Amino acid sequence: MSAEFQQHIHDTLADGRLQSAVYTSTGRLKEGRSAVVAHDVLPDYQELRTQANAIKKHAIENLDHYLEEFERNVEAHGGRVVWCKDGSEVADFVLELAKERGARLIVKSKSMLTEEIDLNERLERHGLESVETDLGEYIIQLAHERPYHIVAPALHKTREQVADLFTARLHVPHETVIEKQTATARAVLREKFLAADIGISGANFLVADSGAIVLVENEGNARLATSAPKIHIAIAGIEKIVPRAQDLATFLKLLARSATGQLLSVYTSFLSGPRRPDEIDGPEEFYVVLVDNGRTRLLQEREKRQSLYCIRCGACLNACPVYRKIGGHSFPWVYSGPIGAILTPQFLGVQREPALPFASSLCGACAEVCPVKIDIPKALLDLRCEVKKAEMREKQNRLEKLAFRVFAWVMSHPRIYEMAGRMAGSAFPEENAGWLRRVPGLMNFGPMRAWADQRDLPPPPARSFREMWRRR
Amino acid sequence: MPRDAVLHRVRTALGRGAGAPIPDPPPARIRIPEVDLESRIASFRTRIEALAGETCLAPSPEQARAAVAAAVEGKTAVASNAPFLAECGIPGLAGVRSGITDPAELRRQCAAADVGITSADYALADTGTLVMLSSLQEARLVSLLPPAHIAVVPRGRILTGLDELFSLLPRPAEQTSSMVLITGPSRTADIEQILVRGVHGPGRVTVVIV
Amino acid sequence: MAQRVSLFVTCIVDQLFPQIGMAMAHVLERLGYQLDFPEGQTCCGQPAFNSGYRQEARIVARHFLDVFEKCEAIVVPSGSCASMAIHHFPDLFAKEPETLARVRALRERIWEFSTFLTAVAGVEDVGARFPDVVTFHDGCHALREMGVKSAPRRLLAQVRGLELREMQPAEECCGFGGTFAVKFGELSGAMARTKVEAILRTGARSVVSLDPSCLMQIRGALSRAGSEVRTLHLAEVLASR
Repeated sequence: MSAEFQQHIHDTLADGRLQSAVYTSTGRLKEGRSAVVAHDVLPDYQELRTQANAIKKHAIENLDHYLEEFERNVEAHGGRVVWCKDGSEVADFVLELAKERGARLIVKSKSMLTEEIDLNERLERHGLESVETDLGEYIIQLAHERPYHIVAPALHKTREQVADLFTARLHVPHETVIEKQTATARAVLREKFLAADIGISGANFLVADSGAIVLVENEGNARLATSAPKIHIAIAGIEKIVPRAQDLATFLKLLARSATGQLLSVYTSFLSGPRRPDEIDGPEEFYVVLVDNGRTRLLQEREKRQSLYCIRCGACLNACPVYRKIGGHSFPWVYSGPIGAILTPQFLGVQREPALPFASSLCGACAEVCPVKIDIPKALLDLRCEVKKAEMREKQNRLEKLAFRVFAWVMSHPRIYEMAGRMAGSAFPEENAGWLRRVPGLMNFGPMRAWADQRDLPPPPARSFREMWRRR
Repeated sequence: MPRDAVLHRVRTALGRGAGAPIPDPPPARIRIPEVDLESRIASFRTRIEALAGETCLAPSPEQARAAVAAAVEGKTAVASNAPFLAECGIPGLAGVRSGITDPAELRRQCAAADVGITSADYALADTGTLVMLSSLQEARLVSLLPPAHIAVVPRGRILTGLDELFSLLPRPAEQTSSMVLITGPSRTADIEQILVRGVHGPGRVTVVIV
Repeated sequence: MAQRVSLFVTCIVDQLFPQIGMAMAHVLERLGYQLDFPEGQTCCGQPAFNSGYRQEARIVARHFLDVFEKCEAIVVPSGSCASMAIHHFPDLFAKEPETLARVRALRERIWEFSTFLTAVAGVEDVGARFPDVVTFHDGCHALREMGVKSAPRRLLAQVRGLELREMQPAEECCGFGGTFAVKFGELSGAMARTKVEAILRTGARSVVSLDPSCLMQIRGALSRAGSEVRTLHLAEVLASR
């Protein structure tokens, strides 16, 4: 485990305020979801999940076909599709277009992909102003941080911290009433919307048969970013494709319910191409940037493909007892929680943080709530295997490997197993009074010590089960 | 060329040849329940009111006009060019600007108005949703920039839900560049999960069902 | 009805909590089953499997197959260990058709204890008496991999004198997770403390579960917190009179 990962976990666990903020917030989201997928309110919930999984599987397995269909349809509606291998190609495209159009100010709506590729930083390095407009994202941008949670990026911030931030960065009076803070953001960002040259959005779905992108949001910032400026650029991962508009009847029912416990988000925009001649407003130019950035690598391996089904609802974070303790910033990359624990090593390689797939009790709560049925625990188990293989190659962690070899040998030799058990038991004091606070000297090493550091130890019984059985 | 490079990588990963045929997708899942109009209206109202939206029933266009008149009294409003608003006589109300076709002018007016008045192409009963298709009659910004949004909707346009919508409009892109589903007032809970309405879009949504 | 039942008590019960195995044996014998304890048994291999050591896990799993292959019905006092054999052995031997066939033939005959009682023995009332207020902890693998939710509750409902108070949240992990408990000791400990708080809120005097490892984690944390609340395996409750 990297010292950094360990330190983040320790610091988050030690921060009482953060602990209660994260636990309470995720708890609310989790309960909100449970209430709206309950059998009496949504009897066909399981069927919807099965359908969503089947559509994603089909779309991913025939991805090239649907991407080309999507492209044809975008172009038929007067839009343009731009293909990019990675973040620098995305930035190059935006910079080039901004230069040609003399654009300076960009308003952005929330997109995990642009977080993946650090788009704002790349654009700002070239003198463009790129402003996040989702309230949570705006706060995070002002604080120069990564999103804490896929759907609630500023989940960890208190109103006092927001007040400090707004005063420092926006030079407004210190204000801790949340309604007033929101009004401040609205006023500042409203000016940006009306002055912006380009609006950048992500896409929750790319609809192949329509050449449309779908945006799901609650604030209205995505609508503004895609309606007010003359140019709209949607930036999306290639895996976001669904074959038909009608498939949205399935996905929209699942997305908001899973994410926030709403039946539908406040705004669902279905956008295809620029403003048409028989329309009054809307952008004059419409681009969809399709980004690979590592996705085709996942596509190669059948077991990893299902990670690409993810619709970024964040339900697995809220359900995860580990996320609820260690929070979003303990995770090494932009994706946190169970989905982050599989996407990070799958995208960046297991070496980025070899301990990540192990930071799970494999409780399965994530798989239970996933609206597209990604088997996250199984993916974690596969990744654990991959980590061990990499360690073998690099000749790392050999003591552990040896320990498991011994384990396998002992467990396949019952007599040795019985003897080993007796020996271990004899290292403990005889008294048998109750559970032990400390590990006796001889046994006080690695795993035993780690156990006793947090919990009491069971006193070894006078006889093992097999001994008792023999004496019956 | 990145296009070919990306597509090539996709195909190689999947073991597919360019233009190779694909199996049929799983059939789309569309289930439309039978719900009578009165129940649809009732459900629509319950849903939108649960989100702090307001509704009122207007038995006639005149009463719809009166309801809107009361709501915009003393305020400035922009009305869309929807024929149904004209049928109700809403463009003629005091303080209501309408008939705008110039985008720049529309934007100025919407940014300054207290209220935006539109109709809606459809409404969805089981979620309390307004469905707005952008056109010459309905601009995007009228339901977006002003702090309050009033939608005047003929009751027959209330559908059961998403499934019915997508069965009526299997390809919305053939009709418009922008179809927006609006479910209640704009909201956020990004600071300490405290719900605040009207963060970027309208904080008040009123639906007059005619 | 299978008359002969083989016990797989799991290594943790064998070495640390033999009374759980004895209690399970009592309950089954009272129901008229002939019991058999295959002496060669050790572990299901889950510690190695969950740690990414598939080769080592396969060695232990093969041993398990050798020991239990001839048994008619195998009852396990652990949702997690039963699930390992039922759900993960097939993954482990996906590339070994012969072993896979053996696994497939065997997995039908492996039963988690509470499911065996309700689904195979067809009983809910085993004649137990346990006058106490208890709360029930759903072990994650029993709950989510095995789908065991109602069986233990139906069995507890028939125990004389017992009052069941559900904890909130009921379905959250206790933080054990095998080697996770020591690899991420601090985190696992924090999860256990959250579980303990949920238990204490119920006012119950005992926590009951299907999994000895969860009980070890929970009891370890309860004991560290100075609590008098007891931990019991369902078998121990059902064996009481």
